[in-house]
Amino acid sequence: MRRPWMLIPLILFLGLAGLFLKTLYDKKNLQDLAIDPSALPSALIDKPVPAFALPSLDEPGRTLTEQDFRGEVALVNVWATWCPTCRAEHAMFNKLASQGVTIHGVNYKDNSEAARRWLEELGNPYQLNVEDPQGSLGINLGVYGAPETFLIDADGVIHYKYIGAVDERVWADQLGPRYQALLEQASGGQP
Amino acid sequence: MRWLWLLVLALMAPLALAAIDTYEFDTEEQRQRFYQLSSELRCPKCQNQNIADSDAPIAMDLRREVYRMLNEGKDNEEIVDFLVARYGEFVRYKPALTPATAILWFGPAAMLLAGFIVLLVMLRRRQKALREAAGKSLSQDEQRRLQSLLEREEDS
Repeated sequence: MRRPWMLIPLILFLGLAGLFLKTLYDKKNLQDLAIDPSALPSALIDKPVPAFALPSLDEPGRTLTEQDFRGEVALVNVWATWCPTCRAEHAMFNKLASQGVTIHGVNYKDNSEAARRWLEELGNPYQLNVEDPQGSLGINLGVYGAPETFLIDADGVIHYKYIGAVDERVWADQLGPRYQALLEQASGGQP
Repeated sequence: MRWLWLLVLALMAPLALAAIDTYEFDTEEQRQRFYQLSSELRCPKCQNQNIADSDAPIAMDLRREVYRMLNEGKDNEEIVDFLVARYGEFVRYKPALTPATAILWFGPAAMLLAGFIVLLVMLRRRQKALREAAGKSLSQDEQRRLQSLLEREEDS
């Protein structure tokens, strides 16, 4: 080769192409992003649930705060009656609740009458249900569309966020294993 | 025919106004900042629009938040940080200058500079080669060959 430095651009190009290809097919990215490339990673991972003081949907007059979410590993599901995907995932939450999974609800920018009717009709998998009519808790949670589901530990720290409908596959691949891991951690490493 | 066009235009007019809310500002400076901020913040739901252009409910909410914080007297940095803390770096159309984003900021300039350097080196070399060639005079043998070549050209 007369001018070896002429190869530098080619090598750079191949290197970048390789890097992009690897990122595209990366196992972790595949799970979190490639299924839905528009899903954003949450900025709140490893941070506590933001402070709030909002009315309870089920018990009129009661005010719920972030403290009420503490004590158990739980799912926090942001839902609304105007969201068709929420209806689609509701049966899955009923099933998980019957298996003993703690689920809290954030009723996001909804009409509370309609929300209560919906729970009567479809079943209520939620232990606590926070009314967030203005979406203020939603903004503090970085919610940009329902449904979104957070996984929190017993100290109220957010460990994972799933955007979209939770179904059997999402539970088996993404939420379930993380939930189990947190449970095991909470019980001091004993399964 | 003309009235049909007028009807079409009349129907299109509301579309142009779709993402405009009625916010009132105390000062012109605040209004400017509101428009600047909402055009620099990306809508998390409709990812190729800023929150000024987007009609998504979340963009409306974020505009309201920006307006609220402006009225509370927060500066631009505080407002952007508030949203980055909740929605991640993604909401910035102008990424912050951090070690991770340095390549975005300086990459193009560095590549341009590298290109110029390569060009300069190549030009220098060529010039040097030309100068050397010019400095060399032809030997007698070469003179004679050149002469005969030229003559042959003229004959044909």
